[in-house]
Amino acid sequence: MEPLNALVSLANFVLIPATAYGAQLALGALGVTLIYGILRFSNFAHGDTMAFGTMAVILTTWGFQAIGISAGPLPTALLALPIGIAVTGLLLLGTDRVVYKFYRTKKAVPVTFVIASLGVMFVMNGLVRFIIGPDDQLFSDGARFLITAGDFKRMTGLDEGMAIKTTQVITVVVAVIVVAILFWFLNRTRTGKSMRAYSDNEDLALLSGINPERVVMYTWLIVAALATIAGTLYGLDKSFKPFTYFQLLLPIFASAIVGGLGSPVGAIAGGFLIAFAEVTITYPLKKVLGYLMPEALEPDGLIQLLSTDYKFAVSFVILIIVLLFRPTGLFAGKSV
Amino acid sequence: MRKFLLATAATLATTAAFADAHSPIKLGVVLGFTGPLESLAPAMAAGAEMAMSEVSDSGMLLDGVMVEPVRADSTCIDAAAATSATERLITGDGVVGIVGADCSGVTGAMLSNVAVPNGIVMISPSATSPGLSTAEDNGLFFRTAPSDARQGVIMTEILMDKGIESVALTYTNNDYGKGLADAFQTAFEEAGGEVTISAAHEDGKADYSAEVGALAAAGGDRLVVAGYVDQGGSGIVRASIDSGAFDTFHFPDGMISQALVDNFGSEIDGSTGQNPGTDSPGAKLYQDMASAADYDGTSPFSAEAYDAAALILLAMQAAGSTDPAAYKDSVMDVANAPGEQILPGELAKGLQILKDGGDIDYVGASAVELIGPGESAGNYREVTFENGELVVVGYR
Repeated sequence: MEPLNALVSLANFVLIPATAYGAQLALGALGVTLIYGILRFSNFAHGDTMAFGTMAVILTTWGFQAIGISAGPLPTALLALPIGIAVTGLLLLGTDRVVYKFYRTKKAVPVTFVIASLGVMFVMNGLVRFIIGPDDQLFSDGARFLITAGDFKRMTGLDEGMAIKTTQVITVVVAVIVVAILFWFLNRTRTGKSMRAYSDNEDLALLSGINPERVVMYTWLIVAALATIAGTLYGLDKSFKPFTYFQLLLPIFASAIVGGLGSPVGAIAGGFLIAFAEVTITYPLKKVLGYLMPEALEPDGLIQLLSTDYKFAVSFVILIIVLLFRPTGLFAGKSV
Repeated sequence: MRKFLLATAATLATTAAFADAHSPIKLGVVLGFTGPLESLAPAMAAGAEMAMSEVSDSGMLLDGVMVEPVRADSTCIDAAAATSATERLITGDGVVGIVGADCSGVTGAMLSNVAVPNGIVMISPSATSPGLSTAEDNGLFFRTAPSDARQGVIMTEILMDKGIESVALTYTNNDYGKGLADAFQTAFEEAGGEVTISAAHEDGKADYSAEVGALAAAGGDRLVVAGYVDQGGSGIVRASIDSGAFDTFHFPDGMISQALVDNFGSEIDGSTGQNPGTDSPGAKLYQDMASAADYDGTSPFSAEAYDAAALILLAMQAAGSTDPAAYKDSVMDVANAPGEQILPGELAKGLQILKDGGDIDYVGASAVELIGPGESAGNYREVTFENGELVVVGYR
């Protein structure tokens, strides 16, 4: 029983939360990496795009709840996703028309785009706070747990509990589906291929008759979908607060850069790497070792590699190491 | 040019001479009208200003001196902004005393950079950091809020009374959180308890699984969350409940609010907590006065702000002067026994007694009793959570 207890304890506090967090980061990083690959700039407004998308979903969810539509044991927010994505898509296309298009036709250098995106970030920041306010919003409904820690203990007779939240399962399942569709789209469809061509070599793509405005439009729509889904999954799992979404920008960029900017596979790997690094390195092994070691060798201290204060340093150390030895990231994206 | 200067100086001198008798005095109200405590600042300012207008209306202060409040923004977190705002109040508006500031960090900066060099009395209604007890203040700094060192002792008593001797501790990574966590850990370990881990958490972050993992691995009968309810504190509690790491908690003042009950309902049943509060008759009186003036007197630290302003004005009356260097020594006298007890709304009575040469013991809205270096002894409200409701158990 002892090794099982150790495993369950590790799963409950490390593996399950890190997997869900990793999936959320991966979806966010995918959006950042797509914009970097195709539109060639780091979009600082991505965190606030996620906040805007989630806000649209929340408002739709409240509307659905008011007229009595629900998804049974699943959160109503999943039904509201398409509407949220559509609204966010319109906002992003509008932003592109008003802001980015101007710089694109002038063939501005990437840093100009980055600074413009910073401005867009502040506007979206204000917009979200103006519409829904700066406070926490809880919008998850339906069943909260697939299995609670208490139930697990009763079922298995183990000392350690393992809780699996519905939102964690939904997060991982939805992330897998979204990634599968995205890869199918990029590799198999005509539009997807033209996007990759445009990303690889803009001049050649233009010569072979690819319409750049169409590519840009599809990119924004896909980014809107990814951002809204990532934001909603995160909000369901934790809670929605505009400021937190702004802060999410940091781990998301770290994920995208570690994986290799411009590389979708890299974004996913980076997301999970950052999430697991943050949670595992600061996890005290006291309990786990307590179960595994013979009584005499049981540790007194916490056996913690790093205090949780340094959690954020971990992502940055990984980032620095990767950039030092592989400047293009793990999966050879573009050099930063 | 020289004549002009002379003329200006002469005019100023005469105005100042006239001013002594009947022009109003000004008190600064330096609170975080913007920033993390912006939701509390309006009710605190209203409390301080109510005491001032009560004194003005009575016409009793030093034979009819009027009191005018001047507001300034402490921002709660930006020490440079708070310092320059206070500087402006003193040099520009000529305030003779300050009610403020609210957050511990900026209060310390204002005290050492502005109040002490200029010799101005400061009474803070809500700065609770233990560090301020030993700050160099030349006898100019007081607070109507208790030091968190006191709260650490109260927390220990509540937990020990429940037979809880092993806890995990997490705090928000700032002056308040760190100060309170250290004070609690010291008191709890002195009383024979064990703190299995003391882990900081950052506010407003994306994910708290790492922190909760560490807290759970360290174990303990209860999790003490020295954080803010609308910041990381709630995130920690949510993740702890979800993962089954802890199901009962102990909440210090930063966590006690309606928002906590709204967020978690019956999920935190059996948890305990405490925040400043008193069942003295003054508290009820003050709340009625606040309702009549159309603001919320139960809002945290609003009563303490009323008391801070009242103490400054009563001390002036006792010293017979609006000069901070003179009245700073009277603050402790009017706040503590012996003397006639003064409740909120009775400031005129207090002023009269002082004028006649009597003694008063200002009780006020928050049962003020200044101890040690001029800080409130501290009255706390012990609460528990039952069936998704916050229940007041008693007062300590």
